Amino acid sequence: MLNRRTFLAASAAGLAMPGIARAQETPGVTATEIRIGNTMPYSGPASAYGVIGRSHEAFFRMVNDQGGIAGRRINFITYDDGYSPPKTVEQTRRLVEQDRVAFTFNQLGTAANSAILRYMNQRKVPHIFLSTGADKWGNYQDTPWTIGWQPSYRTEAQIYMKHLLAERPNPRIGLLYQNDDFGKDYVTGVRDILGARYDQMVRAVSHEATDPTIDSQVVSLQQGGCDVMLTATTPKFAAQAIRRVFDVGWRPAFYYLTNVSISVGTVMEPAGPEKGVGIITSAYLKDPTDPGWDNDAGMREWRAFMAKHIPNGDQKDGSYPFAYGIAQTLMQVLKQCEGNFSRESIMKQAASIRDFIPATLIPGIKVSTSPTNFHPIRQMQLQRWTGQTWQRFGGVIEGANV
Amino acid sequence: MSVSKGLPADAAIAAIPLPAAATPAWQRIALVLLGLAAAIAPIFVLESFHLFQLTMAVIMALAVLGLNIVTGYNGQISLGHGAFFAVGAYCTAILMSHFDWSFWPTLPISAAVCAGLGYGVGFPALRLAGHYLALTTFSLAVAVPQILKHKSIEDWTGGVQGLFLVKPDAPFGLPLSSDQWMYLVAVIVAGACFLLVWNLIRSRIGRALMATRDHATAAEAMGMDIGSLKTKAFALSAMITGIAGSLSAVAIEFVAPDSFSFGVSITLFVGMVVGGVASILGSLFGGLFVLFVPNIAEAISKAAPGVIYGVILILFLFLLPDGFAGLLRRIAAKLRGRG
Repeated sequence: MLNRRTFLAASAAGLAMPGIARAQETPGVTATEIRIGNTMPYSGPASAYGVIGRSHEAFFRMVNDQGGIAGRRINFITYDDGYSPPKTVEQTRRLVEQDRVAFTFNQLGTAANSAILRYMNQRKVPHIFLSTGADKWGNYQDTPWTIGWQPSYRTEAQIYMKHLLAERPNPRIGLLYQNDDFGKDYVTGVRDILGARYDQMVRAVSHEATDPTIDSQVVSLQQGGCDVMLTATTPKFAAQAIRRVFDVGWRPAFYYLTNVSISVGTVMEPAGPEKGVGIITSAYLKDPTDPGWDNDAGMREWRAFMAKHIPNGDQKDGSYPFAYGIAQTLMQVLKQCEGNFSRESIMKQAASIRDFIPATLIPGIKVSTSPTNFHPIRQMQLQRWTGQTWQRFGGVIEGANV
Repeated sequence: MSVSKGLPADAAIAAIPLPAAATPAWQRIALVLLGLAAAIAPIFVLESFHLFQLTMAVIMALAVLGLNIVTGYNGQISLGHGAFFAVGAYCTAILMSHFDWSFWPTLPISAAVCAGLGYGVGFPALRLAGHYLALTTFSLAVAVPQILKHKSIEDWTGGVQGLFLVKPDAPFGLPLSSDQWMYLVAVIVAGACFLLVWNLIRSRIGRALMATRDHATAAEAMGMDIGSLKTKAFALSAMITGIAGSLSAVAIEFVAPDSFSFGVSITLFVGMVVGGVASILGSLFGGLFVLFVPNIAEAISKAAPGVIYGVILILFLFLLPDGFAGLLRRIAAKLRGRG
């Protein structure tokens, strides 16, 4: 009984510990530290992305070891949201109201960020460099306190269309998309480039994320006389599409595939590596498994960081170079603040990045923002499937200005 | 978690508040006043974030109470109450964002829809025994998030994007912030439901529910219509969980299919077992547990919060094998033993 009682008393004390908070003029900033908030799915269905948060923790530890920023230590506070939007709301409110962070950085998930979008903008708390590819984070008019980072799906579709029109002026495009905001961003991107020609050039078919197969959609595109294929769907369906297109004897002149579904292990191998030869996709980050980057200065810098600060991290995991690049972008913003870490100043600097080059981005791709451009990365390089690997080709292509 | 034993439930009735004969009226009134004060005090004591957390805990407690009716008091295992939670949330969200309804009138609608759905599901499903019912309800919980995304109802549900809604403001110019008012709303609604269930369980129907759970054949022999009782219990339970869903939609101000993964159903089940199967007060503790313990687990380790949560859960089951309600009962028994 004594053990039980001690245990209960201890846990009660833990529960009752009050959060200490004090009012100040610049929230989250004191003479010695700047507090940055973050939520990540450390548990739940998307916990594989949790390494991004761990990478940030190591990164800011490194920054602090090197003397911090403008004489202040970075206090990076990250909480688990289990990939559940209600939990994201709770944890974000904890960060803003209890921990009094200056801003939140790189929160992950489209639904999670949607859930807090209005809260952050009502309170005027910078909500910057999100881990999601949706296009809506670039809406600087309605949500001026929110900004994304990676190229949006819409930008990606624009890039494919630019490449296509340069190679083939009169294509007949079969567009297969998943019927959700992810798939629809591609439809919007295609429309951005084709404009009035969309109806004449494009045959679009959709499928539900719950459909068992997409065989009939593929056949209808083939019979519609399409000579170009653009697949905007999640890995399982992408693999099905590659296999089906090949098996019905359809050989599109150009076959574009969303870079969400280019994993060798979960898409190309199951589809049959030989069936996808020639498929074109895009990239903006250096792939840590590509031997072409072995002697690259940026990747060496990243590997040195990994070796020193995350020695047991898997260097083949693409989430680490992503996290490194995005954290470097944040440091650039904080540098530009020149010691003025008010929320207005942070947001202003996040929207005035001029051609910044993080170490892990493909050469030629730059991070740029302005008060009317909340899409920090708008360039990508194309790559083609050789049967064994993705091979980059051509120069960097920029999305459309819309 | 001995669902089939009659003892815990009987003890619950006896334990809180102490047997009526032994309790003078002034003590009972004092107890009620004390409870009221404890429920209202947080509005003036807590900061808005903690108040928000407490609001969510009250809402979860209400959802757990719903599950407790069917699983605790009626002995039917449901792993699908997350589905009713989702439907309740979506009813309120759709009425508020598409039709500009205010919050209050959406409550009876969502209660009616969830009760109807519960009845519809319960009618065939409750003819299945034990673990078959668990699987049937589980499939409901798995299906609902996907159904919410379906093309045919996307215009209503907002698809994957979800729906936004706004918290109600305090009426009559009450000097309360929206967080304070939301807490009060949750407490009032949950309080009414708890009172309702409290009375129901102590009534003839409540005894019939427990009799059905403890010995179906004997109950039937005594003239109870088992099928109808079970279906009604299921409908009531779905209704209460649905009301909790409605509250959660306005408290979070956002609904999306991702918010209602099947994990919600498991969470409710955990809350029920930890709080105490077949206990009304236990549901309250279950709500607090499922909201706060994951945060504690995460504070201990970010690398594997799931493992810590699991360990805490096992510790709880070891220390409080019959839930929080069981602890109260033991304390009460001891006090009485001494007196």
